Amino acid sequence: MSDTSSKEHPPQLLDRVVIRFAGDSGDGMQLAGDRFTTSSALLGNDLATFPDFPAEIRAPAGTLAGVSAFQVHISDHDISTPGDAPNVLVAMNPAALRANLDTLPPGATIIVNVDAFEERNLRKAGYEVNPLGDGSLSAYTVYEVPMTSITTEVSKDAGVKPRDAERSKNFFALGLISWLYTRPVEATAAWVNERYADKPLVQEANLRALKAGFHFGETAELFESSYEVRPAELAPGEYVNITGNTATAWGLIAAASRSGLPLFLGTYPITPASDILHELSKHKEFGVRTFQAEDEIAGIGAALGASFGGALGVTTTSGPGIDLKAEMIGLAINLELPLLIIDVQRGGPSTGLPTKTEQADLLHAMYGRHGEAPLPIVAPKTPSDCFAATLEAARLAVKYRTPVMLLSDGYLANGTEPWRLPEIDELPVIDPGFATGTNHVDGDGVAAFWPYLRDPDTLARPWAPPGLAGLEHRIGGLEKEDGTGNVNYDGANHERMTRLRAAKIAGIANDIPPTELDPGEGDAAILVIGWGSTYGAIAAGVQRARARGHQVAHAHLDHLNPFPADLGDVLSRYEKVLVPEVNLGQLSRLLRAEYLVDAISFTQVKGVPFRAASMESAILELINARGVGPVPGGPSEGAPPAEHPGRTFPSNGSNGKVAD
Amino acid sequence: MTDLADAPTGDQAVAVPLTTRKDWSSDQEVRWCPGCGDYSILAAVQMLMPELGVRRERTVFLSGIGCAARFPYYMNTYGLHSIHGRAPAIATGLAATRPDLDVWVVTGDGDSLSIGGNHLIHALRRNINITILLFNNQIYGLTKGQYSPTSEVHKVTKSTPFGSLEQPFNPLSLALGAEATFVARTHDMDRKHMMEVFRRAHAHRGASFVEIYQNCNVFNDGAFEAITGKDQRADMLIPLVHGAPIRFGTEGQRGVVMRTDGTVEIVDATSVDESELLVHDEHRDNPGLAFQLSHLAAGPTEPTPVGIFRDVERPEYGTEMRRQVDQVIERRGPGDLHHLLRSGSSWTVE
Ligand SMILES: Cc1ncc(C[n+]2csc(CCOP(=O)(O)OP(=O)(O)O)c2C)c(N)n1
Ligand code: SF4
Ligand SMILES: [Mg+2]
Repeated sequence: MSDTSSKEHPPQLLDRVVIRFAGDSGDGMQLAGDRFTTSSALLGNDLATFPDFPAEIRAPAGTLAGVSAFQVHISDHDISTPGDAPNVLVAMNPAALRANLDTLPPGATIIVNVDAFEERNLRKAGYEVNPLGDGSLSAYTVYEVPMTSITTEVSKDAGVKPRDAERSKNFFALGLISWLYTRPVEATAAWVNERYADKPLVQEANLRALKAGFHFGETAELFESSYEVRPAELAPGEYVNITGNTATAWGLIAAASRSGLPLFLGTYPITPASDILHELSKHKEFGVRTFQAEDEIAGIGAALGASFGGALGVTTTSGPGIDLKAEMIGLAINLELPLLIIDVQRGGPSTGLPTKTEQADLLHAMYGRHGEAPLPIVAPKTPSDCFAATLEAARLAVKYRTPVMLLSDGYLANGTEPWRLPEIDELPVIDPGFATGTNHVDGDGVAAFWPYLRDPDTLARPWAPPGLAGLEHRIGGLEKEDGTGNVNYDGANHERMTRLRAAKIAGIANDIPPTELDPGEGDAAILVIGWGSTYGAIAAGVQRARARGHQVAHAHLDHLNPFPADLGDVLSRYEKVLVPEVNLGQLSRLLRAEYLVDAISFTQVKGVPFRAASMESAILELINARGVGPVPGGPSEGAPPAEHPGRTFPSNGSNGKVAD
Repeated sequence: MTDLADAPTGDQAVAVPLTTRKDWSSDQEVRWCPGCGDYSILAAVQMLMPELGVRRERTVFLSGIGCAARFPYYMNTYGLHSIHGRAPAIATGLAATRPDLDVWVVTGDGDSLSIGGNHLIHALRRNINITILLFNNQIYGLTKGQYSPTSEVHKVTKSTPFGSLEQPFNPLSLALGAEATFVARTHDMDRKHMMEVFRRAHAHRGASFVEIYQNCNVFNDGAFEAITGKDQRADMLIPLVHGAPIRFGTEGQRGVVMRTDGTVEIVDATSVDESELLVHDEHRDNPGLAFQLSHLAAGPTEPTPVGIFRDVERPEYGTEMRRQVDQVIERRGPGDLHHLLRSGSSWTVE
């Protein structure tokens, strides 16, 4: 099995491929995709993944609502998105085929589990006639593989009941795709051995299915050839493949370790944020305390209580959960205590799209509290960047004694990419800078502790957790006198405190890097600027436009409040500013308000990330509108390969653009 | 990562200094209405603190919003006046991470039973190491006199001019139903009784719940007069004494017995044999009898038990949380960030 190439047909080289595993929620497609990703990562490919699963845990089997998919993009060069359109679709049943067909470009390969294409399943998927027989798939190369029957057959003599054996068909599919793309299956076999060590029958059935799939590819002569995607030229170093949620959890542990603060997570389970809780709760050896509260309010309340006690208090949530936390965030702003609020954004309003991504909480993070209540906002741009962004959020929270909002999203949370591991001692050190003694002498010469006596540089107040004699003090949500912290309702004092709180946050602009700008070559007239998880799609879209000979600049914001100090300057250098977002135009509003710039909003809210192709066409449209015709040039790096023609998307023609 | 509870603050080596009430009083002017029952509760707490042998710097008073919730400002300790109803949640994070602290939660009947009801029951169930003082005045004081979840049905208030329609909560029954390990009741007219109950509540490890009948002389004056008035007390308050038969009345002429169906009733103690009287047992594992006693009076107009209803031991949350952390560290060794990042399958690019 280690000889992965078929002798007669040497594998064909591909520079990249996008594979989509799709099946029923119970079919184990996430697992198959994940294992395929791991072996590709171990082979050294660059990659990006996009798990796309239904909100229902088990929608009725065989229905469109129950289809769960995992898309992986592997490449021999640097890539930034999970791919617009799959080159290969693995469809475990008719519903999986139907649900994903419109993402497939003509010429794509479809591998179906033909056993599942029987009348009942066809009906459930809404097919009147079998699409495998009616010519409707003629634009594709379709391979019909009896996955269920082979999988059951190979485990017949292993003592596994046929019903149980059948459940290993995801491993058959994985084995087959592994052969097709020349991935060794040893690592997966080892994983199966370990994972199912206490279930020998399941272990055996999965191993047999995996091998059967691989051998089927080799021997069935169905496929003209296998393919190979060579390792990418990644910077030297040690890599892991990581999801955004895991990177966030590890970033929290790193923040605790680099600050010496005990980590306390107070949270309430909600998709897609829960995995941060799951991951953190595994790592008590770091002194991590995780608390599953009775609701989101208690989650953040407990985190704030822990911060008051001198811990690094963190809360994680998503969707409706962030609404519930608003009042406590306001208290934390008033108390001026460090606190991390991690919002893994999902589609809304209300319960909305629990498992789908969106970027629509930016204005909520900015303004979603009563009163003047500013807080810093940080957003990761890729799954692995969640690590650094979390550390940065913690740095700001501790240094400025303020709650900080980290805006991740569903796509980052579950998507993966290879991450070059940092050296620990390169990570920033966070100094808690606890108060150590009294800081004021009263008129009568008595030493006192004033909880709101600010650091003149940062405007941050002292952090004095209970425990030190002489520093006893009372704080609360009522307006307080600057300095003493005593309750104070005086109008002039309130004005002073309101402006001080705002100035403290605004001042952070001097403590963050300048705008991350890729100006491109030459004089670009157009700037595309984004934030958060759109980074990869924007980068790819900009690359494609450049490959067509256009000058386009790309800026990305890691800090949404305050903005980098040079942002106004950067924006003013470009004639047109395009702002793609997975919302109805939130950053564009902030940029317009802040800098009087004619930001052009380009938005979609379909629960999925932007495609590079739609980004490209939005950029091209803007270029054409400017009257500068595209400079002819062959597609190269980043441009869509011929078999994936870039699509064009309608514009709504009004104040914004709509992507697919 | 250090554990703040272990952080050397230097005070462990030094004996707890002797203090007086004055040391525990902050410099802030107390701003309750003149005559409010809150004053006497504050006095009882401030007078008790020097007797407890605890340190001011290891003591935290935490509250939500309401008249009662102003309490922390008046204590010369660490203090946090938070938001309406959420103090038990905030206290949970504090107490769970700082087992070295004495955390007191001061709350009102609206604060803890209306907006914060959920946090209260969960803090009790989890047995968080906090001492909850619920100032029950059966009214919303701070918002100027609306009915509260402990107001009697038909109560006429600003928001219920034709009378409220709601069955009130019985705070003690609620706490017992929420698996509280320490449940007690006292009232603002008897400083000695308050101090004794608070002392016991403080000594209890885990969540202690104390209901204090508190007079709001502005919006609900005299709500407890029928039982706490100097002349009424002997006949209307039923002192619960651990290990003793439950009796009351100026001559001890009335007592409590258990009926055959498990409910309790007040009887003429002179007409039954002493052995038939119910002997109070704070440590009874089953909360059923304590629940019966909490329901003995339908409201503060009938003979009402006061004192400690229940005091049982159960693992305390913060200690358990810490034990779990310690166990994992012992098994795996202290966490190493370098290894954590490599805990999945990593690969090297040369
Ligand atoms: C979220 C929120 N809702 C409402 C209020 C207004 N409010 C303040 S105190 C209070 C009721 C207080 O009653 P109680 O807890 O019984 O305290 P008391 O004033 O009687 O001591 C209300 C409704 C608030 N501060 N916050
Ligand atoms: S309103 Fe009532 S409870 Fe509030 S301070 Fe005045 S008397 Fe006391
Ligand atoms: Mg009240």
